[in-house]
Amino acid sequence: MTDVTVINDEGVVTEVAGYARDTAPEGRAITAPPRGTTRLLVTGLGIVAPTGVGVEQHWQSLLRGELAVRPIEGFDASRYGVTVAGQVRDFDPEQYVVPQLKVQTDRWSWMSLAAATLAAEDAGYIPPEEAYATSVFLAAGSGGNEFSQHEIQGLWAKGPRSVGAYQSIAWFYAASTGQVSIRDGYKGPSGVVVSEGAGGLDSIGWARRVARRGTPAVLVGGTEAGVTPYALLCQVTSGRLSTAPRPEDAYKPFDERANGQAIGEGGAILLLEEADAARARGARRVWGEVVGYGATHDAHHHEDPAPDATQYTRAIRLALADAGVAPEEVGMVVADGAGVPELDVLEAQAITAVFGERGVPVTAPSSWTGRLMAGGSALNVATALLAMRDGVVPATGNVDRPVAEYGLDLVVENRERDLDVVVVLARGFGGFNSALVLRRYREEESG
Amino acid sequence: MSATRRRVVITGIGVVAPGSMGREGFWDMITAGRTATRRITFFDPSRFRSQVAAEVDFDGRKLGLTAQEVHRNDRFVQFAMVAADEAVADSGLRMGVGGAPDAPEPERVGVTIGSAVGATTRLEDEYVQVSDAGKHWLVDPRYASRFLHQALVPSCAATEVAVRFRAQGPGTVVSTGCTSGIDAVGYGSQLIEDGDADVVLAGASDAPISPISMACFDTIRATTGNNADPEHASKPFDARRDGFVMGEGSAVMVLEELEHAQRRGAEIYCEVTGYANRCNAFHMTGLRPDGVEMSEALDQALAQGRIDGSEVGYVNAHGSGTKQNDRHETAAVKLSLGEAAYSVPMSSLKSMVGHSLGAIGSIEIAATALAVQRQVVPPTANYEVPDPECDLDYVPKTARDHKVDVAVSVGSGFGGFQSAIVLAKPDRRPA
Repeated sequence: MTDVTVINDEGVVTEVAGYARDTAPEGRAITAPPRGTTRLLVTGLGIVAPTGVGVEQHWQSLLRGELAVRPIEGFDASRYGVTVAGQVRDFDPEQYVVPQLKVQTDRWSWMSLAAATLAAEDAGYIPPEEAYATSVFLAAGSGGNEFSQHEIQGLWAKGPRSVGAYQSIAWFYAASTGQVSIRDGYKGPSGVVVSEGAGGLDSIGWARRVARRGTPAVLVGGTEAGVTPYALLCQVTSGRLSTAPRPEDAYKPFDERANGQAIGEGGAILLLEEADAARARGARRVWGEVVGYGATHDAHHHEDPAPDATQYTRAIRLALADAGVAPEEVGMVVADGAGVPELDVLEAQAITAVFGERGVPVTAPSSWTGRLMAGGSALNVATALLAMRDGVVPATGNVDRPVAEYGLDLVVENRERDLDVVVVLARGFGGFNSALVLRRYREEESG
Repeated sequence: MSATRRRVVITGIGVVAPGSMGREGFWDMITAGRTATRRITFFDPSRFRSQVAAEVDFDGRKLGLTAQEVHRNDRFVQFAMVAADEAVADSGLRMGVGGAPDAPEPERVGVTIGSAVGATTRLEDEYVQVSDAGKHWLVDPRYASRFLHQALVPSCAATEVAVRFRAQGPGTVVSTGCTSGIDAVGYGSQLIEDGDADVVLAGASDAPISPISMACFDTIRATTGNNADPEHASKPFDARRDGFVMGEGSAVMVLEELEHAQRRGAEIYCEVTGYANRCNAFHMTGLRPDGVEMSEALDQALAQGRIDGSEVGYVNAHGSGTKQNDRHETAAVKLSLGEAAYSVPMSSLKSMVGHSLGAIGSIEIAATALAVQRQVVPPTANYEVPDPECDLDYVPKTARDHKVDVAVSVGSGFGGFQSAIVLAKPDRRPA
């Protein structure tokens, strides 16, 4: 890696360069396989979450039932009425991001860069010589919050000259995707989706389309870092955050005392590989197979919940149909778990409509971490794969008295269960509904 | 791709662009070679290096938005709503509340809206209030709008459009910087090809003419310093160019599955025959002069429709008016089209409507679709002094009647994204 000079129109500027690759990765055309034959496997997980940095750290924390939603550190949040959040406390960006890249990126991108590294390491993924063979499709929710607040503050307090050279590349929603692609030399088709909390699943939905069109490896998922003064204030205005001062009173999905959400930071990045490509390179592990995806929009109101669960239910059914899976084959549902009674009841209606009353174990692990917006649904996919690996449905956190009328088999203590097929659900503010179906990988079916 | 591929056509276009009103006003303006760049009026630009922009004279209330829609939404969302209204009306599809019996099934209608920077203008305006003009890091919630969540997370643009037309299919915002507009339309096309929707409202919107956006491009000298002559400030491919001119706006297209459109006798602008994007994996803002990744995207997009480069009748350029872009892009087009590159007209709308970041890709697709329908190529305004390194036919100043059976639009963005989309007459006979 080296500094490069970037030609602009008044000569040569090195200030904005900072970080780039020494040599161009080579690329050539990809031949698309026939449609409908693509099997997409998860071969790598990278987690940076309030529960921990790394797959096992996260999973063990969940299994131990540690509430990672805690009083906000780093600034005095008392004036915002919301004082608890899930922060990533043991993350050392220097361990993953070289200094010249760190100064030009926000914390959100540090987490994406770290999670992308961890996912590739987990997969033993060495980028092939064919640079167009790897893609990056991440979800974003709110961009480079802390970086941007600092620059806007400087602009208004001191004037335009105080704005640094990196604001233009650190803040916007595509920053993390671009930086991962540049650092790791991935030249395949890339994209960034913003559908609030549903984004993590939607990034996988788009990645499947890209894989079907011939790209064999795609990084998906996303991270979020909005526990900063201005971004927190913005999220408070949704009216959905809990104002409870004690963490154990705050984010309680499906509980009789549900009173709003806690936010959090971090997320997960996953490596998806087309099955033949994964086998050809000798992938060391398959976490599971992505077999179905469905997405709908309530199209009802810019902020009010939908009047019924019709569209949410339809998203689940679309995903199951896409997977060719019957509801009774599903061993676990990872719920969105909004923690807002009006939204919890809709989710319960959707789940019971598809799976029947108490027809499937349901868990909402975001109760432990807070809602990580786009990063949260990505983290839930990772959690679902870990649950499948170990045959354990992790408990929903912070639940004292589940609302009986919801008719859910809400898992409140870790439960051993052989998991062959799991469903992950996600919603985004404004009416986005997404569902993903994962299945344990059976090699004999392939080819 | 297999022979059973579902084909995607454009059956409605709505445009909110600087210097004009609606789709036809926009077309009249660009084919007349008029420019909409002017000294910034939205705020006092005197402390900024670049003081020109292509602003939209926009009043959402006069364009059909309610007082509450205007109040709760950033300008970029309002643009998208107005553009979507025009596109849907143009398509003849009667959707939404009170939709006609022949309206498409709401569950088969998707929304893909691109935006590079979302509600950045509103986020900044509100930040000024809650921080008392940057005095306090800990902001004061008593001065906050209650719609800041929607400002923070730009997915609200997809929501507002979905609610408007009761689009209950897949919806999302696509945010890949300055290729967002092409990528949103490309993603929308994929939704239809893959059978997940029959109709998609696809486009993009950005409204970035704000102090922070101007300041951040000032710092890296990406924008023009030519403040003395705002009307001629944007000079893509001209040897005198010195950076892009900020713009704003939106375009939304109604994408429709071909047979769905034919069954209802819809007027078809063109077919979307291919879309591809690639990353340069090189630099967030820098471009290598060889243009190989953009060329790869263009090759792939052409190949999807089995179209040979020699069939291309118009190249709608990214043409931002920075030296590195114009050379990069010229090289990419030569690489993909070979000798044909020298005879195909290639023009930059940014010479007239500025660079509206993510939105411009959709505005350029709108113009390209109209060029295919009307067999007219819009010009590159202000082009006078050739740059020896940019030696293609940039259609100087005057629109041109031209046979355009196939047209391509390309884009390039911060983050290294390179995108290409191919539009063709649906009844085109392959060469």
